Amino acid sequence: MATSLTLNGEARVIDADPQTPLLWILRDTLGLTGTKFGCGVAQCGACTVHLDGTPVRSCQTVLGDAEGASITTIEGIESPAAAAIRAAWTELDVPQCGYCQSGQIMAATALLTETPKPTDADIDAAMDGNVCRCATYARIRSAIHLAAEKMEG
Amino acid sequence: MLHHLTQPIAAAAPSRRTFLKLTAGAAGGLLLALRLPGQQALAAAGDSFAQPFVHIRADNTILVLSKHLDKGQGIATGLATLVAEELDAAWEQVSVEFAPANAELYKNLFFGMQGTGGSTAMANSFQQYRQAGATARAMLVSAAAKAWSVPAAEIKVSAGTLSHASGKTATFGEMAGAAAAEAIPQDVTLKTPDQWVYIGKSFPRVDTKAKTRGAAGAYGMDQRFDNMLVAVLARPPRFGSTVATVDDAAARALPGVVDVITVPSGVAVLATGTWAAMQGRDALTITWDDSAAEMRSTDAMEAELADLVAKPGLKAHGHGDAAAAMAKAARVIEADYQFPYLAHAPMEPLDITVLFDGSSATFWTGSQFQTIDQMVAGQVLGLTPDKVAINTLWAGGSFGRRAQPDSHYFVEAALIAKTRLAAGHAPQHIKVVWTREDDIRGGYYRPMMRHRVRAGLDANGNLLAWEHRIAGKSIMIGTAMEAFVVKNGIDETMVEGVSNTTYALPAFALEVHATKTPIPVLWWRSVGHTHTAYVMETMIDRLAKEAGQDPVAYRETLLKDDPRKLGVLKLAAEKAGWGAALPEGRYRGVAVHTSFNSHVAEIAEISFREDGTVKVEKVVCAVDCGIPVNPDAIRAQVEGAIGYGLGAILRNEITFTDGEVDQANFDTYQPLRMTDMPLIEVHIVASAEAPTGIGEPGTPPIGPAVANAIAAAKGEWAATLPLSRSGLA
Ligand code: FES
Ligand code: FES
Repeated sequence: MATSLTLNGEARVIDADPQTPLLWILRDTLGLTGTKFGCGVAQCGACTVHLDGTPVRSCQTVLGDAEGASITTIEGIESPAAAAIRAAWTELDVPQCGYCQSGQIMAATALLTETPKPTDADIDAAMDGNVCRCATYARIRSAIHLAAEKMEG
Repeated sequence: MLHHLTQPIAAAAPSRRTFLKLTAGAAGGLLLALRLPGQQALAAAGDSFAQPFVHIRADNTILVLSKHLDKGQGIATGLATLVAEELDAAWEQVSVEFAPANAELYKNLFFGMQGTGGSTAMANSFQQYRQAGATARAMLVSAAAKAWSVPAAEIKVSAGTLSHASGKTATFGEMAGAAAAEAIPQDVTLKTPDQWVYIGKSFPRVDTKAKTRGAAGAYGMDQRFDNMLVAVLARPPRFGSTVATVDDAAARALPGVVDVITVPSGVAVLATGTWAAMQGRDALTITWDDSAAEMRSTDAMEAELADLVAKPGLKAHGHGDAAAAMAKAARVIEADYQFPYLAHAPMEPLDITVLFDGSSATFWTGSQFQTIDQMVAGQVLGLTPDKVAINTLWAGGSFGRRAQPDSHYFVEAALIAKTRLAAGHAPQHIKVVWTREDDIRGGYYRPMMRHRVRAGLDANGNLLAWEHRIAGKSIMIGTAMEAFVVKNGIDETMVEGVSNTTYALPAFALEVHATKTPIPVLWWRSVGHTHTAYVMETMIDRLAKEAGQDPVAYRETLLKDDPRKLGVLKLAAEKAGWGAALPEGRYRGVAVHTSFNSHVAEIAEISFREDGTVKVEKVVCAVDCGIPVNPDAIRAQVEGAIGYGLGAILRNEITFTDGEVDQANFDTYQPLRMTDMPLIEVHIVASAEAPTGIGEPGTPPIGPAVANAIAAAKGEWAATLPLSRSGLA
């Protein structure tokens, strides 16, 4: 069965079981391995992608849910917020092992797009679902604030 | 970790002997001429320069080969810094790849085999990688001197360019081919610290950019090959269980499932994709033979340890006559501590890809002990180690998990590949994927431990005697490491942090009980210090109170012969404003500990939420790890180490019901999250001492610092971890 969707700006028709989690379609079928597998049960956020601009857990979003939707992954996100986030991440050298960072960046970009000047409480609310076992949280928080400044300036 | 094979290289003679023995015994067969593929290819190109640690290409890029796994700790950047420093390279031209598995070229100089761990990476490489950079530089200079017919001494090198007053200039890339033909100088002079331009300056990480774009192809989990199969295993529900019967008909009927193979570690479902393999696994019906399995529940395991610490154990360390001194005590302070099993839970669960064709094998994974992995995989496949190639990849964390004395995940992959080949299938890439549940329930835990401490005091609260018993499963006993590191039944990793305490204990006796269980245990970020620092630092805090002294001042007196430890304690106290009044509802606790030859003091400031749980607001930390090669990387490691340790002491434990692990994923083994993370300040002591470990030493003090802050509020030191057991988290 085929599912039609837009992936990183390109129209795609994907012929796979619509009950397959989007995570495995992205990683195994399409080779977009930037979206990571961390838990498979919506507990870690490593698999975060945007579905029509909203961050979702691709391990809990089946392919069929994406019918007609626009999906953006870490490979394809190129908004001003994403650029500011990446610049801030680089300036503060946020990543350690880096395995969680695709998800962190997708979540942070969504936050900054919605809330250009997030408070610490906004950051807590938006980012608490994204686990970092290297505990880069302090730098993630600083980098989100820095990215917000960059976007303003 | 393997630091007990090694100890400070110059010091401990016995340890050094054991590590040399390990080299001869375990890795000896490897000391054949293994070829370095990259080196050969480049040498053939004729216009490049290729030495084991440094390649300079005609396009003016420099490749540093890291003999160490980078699992987030930043060693790739650290090694690049050392090479760039001595080479006088421009930072932008440097990139890093992992070296092939080749013990002769790439051994950890402290281990005698290729491997990363025990916070040794920078310490053992500091000289070697600077030398590699200086050697390459000398060869470039000598080539330029010949090409330009000028004295070598007149050639200047800066930011990747060679130049001479005559106006001649060349990039490294332009001179690379000629430099490769130069004789390798035997003696090179390294820069003095005042000449350093990169060391000590917080170089940007070489891996950040890729890691903000998904890091395509970087991790083992992301490996993809044409015609690759993915294997997911049904693993035994109890440690020590084995497969009795398998009904795989339903699994084999699923689309995408290609094969089902039983190996000693479980039943592997091989499929064309990960999801199909997972579904295939769910469709298996397996009965397990539990006759050799661990069947107990946590209560019984804890009761066993409680029983043991009540009895005399094997004498491990001590001085003076502790029993006689104890007999004179006016008061005895006694405490039992209980520590749970802990999973490492690195963000990237284990994974490994294998390709085996009957005469050679290649693996792709974040290998941490390449030499052991190569040997063990070779044994399984009937190959000499030189026929086993390992492509080391960036790892999504490890915290000890990937440093495997038994290479179990290599063994499993090798057996699956061997079985496929034996059944007549063509060689094909097979990627074994561990799910998070496999990871959490898969063992190799920080062992459950129990301590009993008795401190004898005189009438004024002065310390007279210290008796200490530790019970739990040894990490080393029963592994291939035992012969090399266990002396007289004592595994130092069980007692480190107590056995070598520099607190002036007037009379001291330390005994151990090593227990047996099929639950596999392993080093977990900072190994024995994960529990010993907690016990030492909370006991010392308690004794300070008994003596009516300030906890910092009390420690200062007992540490008068350990200037570096004292130094970080004083620095942290000063930076945290120790002694100054705190806002209402805030409490402070201090801890200081030495591990991996680095000294770390942490002062935690806490408050309590309305539900009574602890919120760690801020941690002020002082660290002395010798010359700080990359201060920002040190800060990052300490921040991460504090977060890692904090998550564990707050609410992490692996528990058992009738032998089955109760936790499965991040919902039941709850990791530290953004809202738990304190503000962290890291102060680094300026030092001219040789660099020491930094990946682990930030972890041990956080638990006791928080516990001591809780005690400042409540007057009681939590003796059972995690704190969630007592409603504090
Ligand atoms: S993998 Fe989807 S939330 Fe963890
Ligand atoms: S950087 Fe390693 S898990 Fe976040």
